[in-house]
Amino acid sequence: MFLRTAVLAASTALLGAMAQADVKVGMITTLSGGGAGLGIDVRDGFMLAVKQAGRDDLEVVIEDDQRKPDVAVQLADKMIQSEKVDVLTGIIWSNLAMAVVPAATAQGKFYLSPNAGPSPLAGKGCHPNYFNVAWQNDNLHEAAGAYANDAGLKNSFILAPNYPAGKDALTGYKRLFGGELAGELYTKLGQTDYAAEIAQIRASGADSVYFFLPGGMGISFLKQYAASGVDLPLVGPAFSFDQGILQAVGDAAMGVKNTSQWNKDIDNAANAAFVETFQAEYGRLPSLYASQGFDTANLLFSAMDKADVADADAFRAALKAAEFDSVRGDFAFGDNHHPIQDIYVREVIKEGDLFTNKIIATGLSDHADAYAAECKM
Amino acid sequence: MTTLLFIEQLLNGLQFGVMLFLMSAGLTLVFGVMGLINLAHGSLYMIGAFAAAAVAAATGSFLLALMASLAAASLAGALIELTIIRRLYDRDHLDQVLATFALILIFSEGTRWLFGSFPLFLDVPAALSGPVTLPGGIQYPAYRLTIILVGLAVAVGMFALINRTRVGIRIRAGEADREMIAALGVDIAKLYTFVFALGAALAGFAGALVGAIQSVQVGMGEPVLILAFVVIVIGGIGSIKGAFVGALLVGLTDTLGRFLLPQMFGLILEPSAAVSVGSALASMLIYILMAVVLIFRPRGLYGVA
Amino acid sequence: MTRESWTNFAALAVLAGVPLWAYVADEPFIITLATRAAIFALAGVGLNLALGLGGLVSLGHAAFFGIGGYAMGILASHAQAYAPMAEWPFLIEGTKSMPVIWLVAVIASALAALAIGALSLRTSGVYFIMITLAFGQMIYYFAISWPAYGGEDGLSIYVRNGFPGLNTLDPIQFFGLCFVILCGVLVLMRAVQNSAFGLALSAARQNETRVLSVGMMPYRLRLVAFVISGAITGLAGALFADLNRFVSPTMLSWQMSGEIMIFIIIGGVGRLFGPVIGAMVFILLEHTLGGLSEFWHVYLGALLLGIVLFAKGGVIGAIAGREKAHD
Repeated sequence: MFLRTAVLAASTALLGAMAQADVKVGMITTLSGGGAGLGIDVRDGFMLAVKQAGRDDLEVVIEDDQRKPDVAVQLADKMIQSEKVDVLTGIIWSNLAMAVVPAATAQGKFYLSPNAGPSPLAGKGCHPNYFNVAWQNDNLHEAAGAYANDAGLKNSFILAPNYPAGKDALTGYKRLFGGELAGELYTKLGQTDYAAEIAQIRASGADSVYFFLPGGMGISFLKQYAASGVDLPLVGPAFSFDQGILQAVGDAAMGVKNTSQWNKDIDNAANAAFVETFQAEYGRLPSLYASQGFDTANLLFSAMDKADVADADAFRAALKAAEFDSVRGDFAFGDNHHPIQDIYVREVIKEGDLFTNKIIATGLSDHADAYAAECKM
Repeated sequence: MTTLLFIEQLLNGLQFGVMLFLMSAGLTLVFGVMGLINLAHGSLYMIGAFAAAAVAAATGSFLLALMASLAAASLAGALIELTIIRRLYDRDHLDQVLATFALILIFSEGTRWLFGSFPLFLDVPAALSGPVTLPGGIQYPAYRLTIILVGLAVAVGMFALINRTRVGIRIRAGEADREMIAALGVDIAKLYTFVFALGAALAGFAGALVGAIQSVQVGMGEPVLILAFVVIVIGGIGSIKGAFVGALLVGLTDTLGRFLLPQMFGLILEPSAAVSVGSALASMLIYILMAVVLIFRPRGLYGVA
Repeated sequence: MTRESWTNFAALAVLAGVPLWAYVADEPFIITLATRAAIFALAGVGLNLALGLGGLVSLGHAAFFGIGGYAMGILASHAQAYAPMAEWPFLIEGTKSMPVIWLVAVIASALAALAIGALSLRTSGVYFIMITLAFGQMIYYFAISWPAYGGEDGLSIYVRNGFPGLNTLDPIQFFGLCFVILCGVLVLMRAVQNSAFGLALSAARQNETRVLSVGMMPYRLRLVAFVISGAITGLAGALFADLNRFVSPTMLSWQMSGEIMIFIIIGGVGRLFGPVIGAMVFILLEHTLGGLSEFWHVYLGALLLGIVLFAKGGVIGAIAGREKAHD
């Protein structure tokens, strides 16, 4: 549990005269077990930015939550009580975030979310010290609904696992989708066989399928869907099509449209440099999780340049300003400290031997989340 | 709901059941002959899938991949039988549960160490990749149909092995009276290693077959393992016939439950609540089935009283 | 005092001493770890009654652990939101008072244990292991898919529940509370072990026919043991949820059942203090091995395997030698 990486970059002596207090960052993320791929990407993206920044006023402590909420809570306690960190980050899963974030922010710590964006934290449960650098959970699904309208789809069959994030996903899709629903299904969490669901899709008379099945569930679904001979267009959020798992899906994913706030072909200097240096450093293409980790670190540095973390109000204002070069291009925080950003529609393509994504359209421009109004802050 | 859809769902249930049989046959055999409860059976399933994915990636041949899964899983099985499992035969079930639980930890994280944290790619062979049209106009994936046929063939093979061959006689004798067949000069240690490796090979084979249409990843074995336990408890532990009947029962119950329950609740509840309640109940259905079976037959359907 | 008694005494002294030291040295996280160990120990003591004394290998005790946790989560979340749990037929309000929550947790998990036990105990041996596992899974999936109380996200409580006269948010005070409960339950367990009931239960494990022939019903003995066992594990669950101020279906997963069993095997099966020492060793291992490698589960697995194969009596067995022949 104590995978600790203390990073103290080489001193740039000249600035030492006006020394501000060091910022200590605690990263709790998933580095072992089934979901480790996502946590490793977030960590690698974050640490790449740390390395490039070469700061001497930063210390990062990284620990593995094993995707267990109780472990994450213990680690947060440890980081706050023993390590005395100023900023927490790193959590991948919504249920872990819900377990850790309210308590951490209540104790006056800053939390920068590099992945999860559960709706309570965007709405009624929002907190001045909580900043989401990725997305509110519904965002990518909303973009998919909007895209379905643009693509002239009228009758969707939608499915997701039977757990809160799954329900948020379908709610998000339905929020902007203007057509009819040919069917709505909740599958068992961790389900690996979708024959029964695909048969229902076939019989439903739908003209498109929207699915939110992250990780291994999505791989299984896509392969089985491809083999079933049902050839309705598929739409999904980026989670089933990120760089990490795309190779495991293979041809079955070709041509599928998916929504994401980031892709490696977004045309800006920060992104080009990020993709190139990430590949050079780790020998693989970055995923959207890595991009989120990278942005999280750079957001933090932008605030550190402007304010002392001990002055919470100033530091908070500096974070809110979000003056950093996001690999997504434009990036701003809404009043509930969740991103206002473009969400793109991507298509899975093959580059040489490698499956990857290409942006084909913008699904939603400067999109904020639906819960902002509920946030009293 | 049309008849065709219902028939397709029956086929899906059958296919799922056949898969579960491949997984449970080894488990029930090992229990029947050696009296061993093996939680690490799911790890052997995972090993089969990973071996197949690795070989398929290297050679591009699905047949070679299947053979690799058999070889890797039976080798791993024989290896752990020789080094660890054979020390557990005389122990109580608690020790067996714990030792094999420890093996799960070792295999899971060991595999992640070897292959990394991302899922591997394994695809169905091109010849079986599309759907076929069955009589009555049902479109059904060719690969799933193949799984049904292969699974049934394995079931027949298992019955023949147990009931018609010399090895089978020894296995049955071993179930009935361990000391006696040892006294009769059968090399019981070798027999046990063979049975364990056979069970492992079946699990690995199932892992490779299923891996092609699912995700080859660490931890893929445990959900299936628990289902396999449900199967053999319903069927009666130690009985191949019980495993077969139990597997089909569980496969059909699960598939049809997922399909029908939300629709049934749709008659009395508003749609989104119906989907929610129906799905919740469907995910519990096979455990309810198991509880009901055990209330009426505490030793399973074909268990020895 | 026998060597085992000395070992037990030393274990309690260490468990109480480490947090006291940490309190002086201002290391609150060490106190949190010790609290975790005490709570896990309590869960293990519960299971040990069924497993060690009754010979009932339950692979579904996470169900009771989780039900206890949810008793806390549900009551406290209603109190937190000022929403009554039920208004008809009579008003039931949530609560943030620990004693009430414990009572509810104990009753709820005892009732669950009664239902599960009544069905499961009709079977024995491997069937029993597997049916308890299946019941555990049933409740696990129910908790994940039932939307009312957070589903997979679980329930977060912002402030730890209160106990009259204590500030439970202070780590050392909450540890003290858990430690006292653990000691109380240990005393109770000792009494149960030496009671007529405990002896009969132990006898039913060793020779069922003989127990039957003196006119006792092994089924009833086991059911009572299973219910008490579930209730204690449920109490531990409520404390664990309060430690984390959070409850989720993870507490109900079958890996959790496995972990509770691991505490017992590390310490020594059937020993009163087995789970106490086991939980302490487990927390220590998690801490030290976790620092060595991302793949620390491999080492944990190897160690566990070693204990099962070569050191049957666990830690207490290694120190105190064979159990004295009282059974």
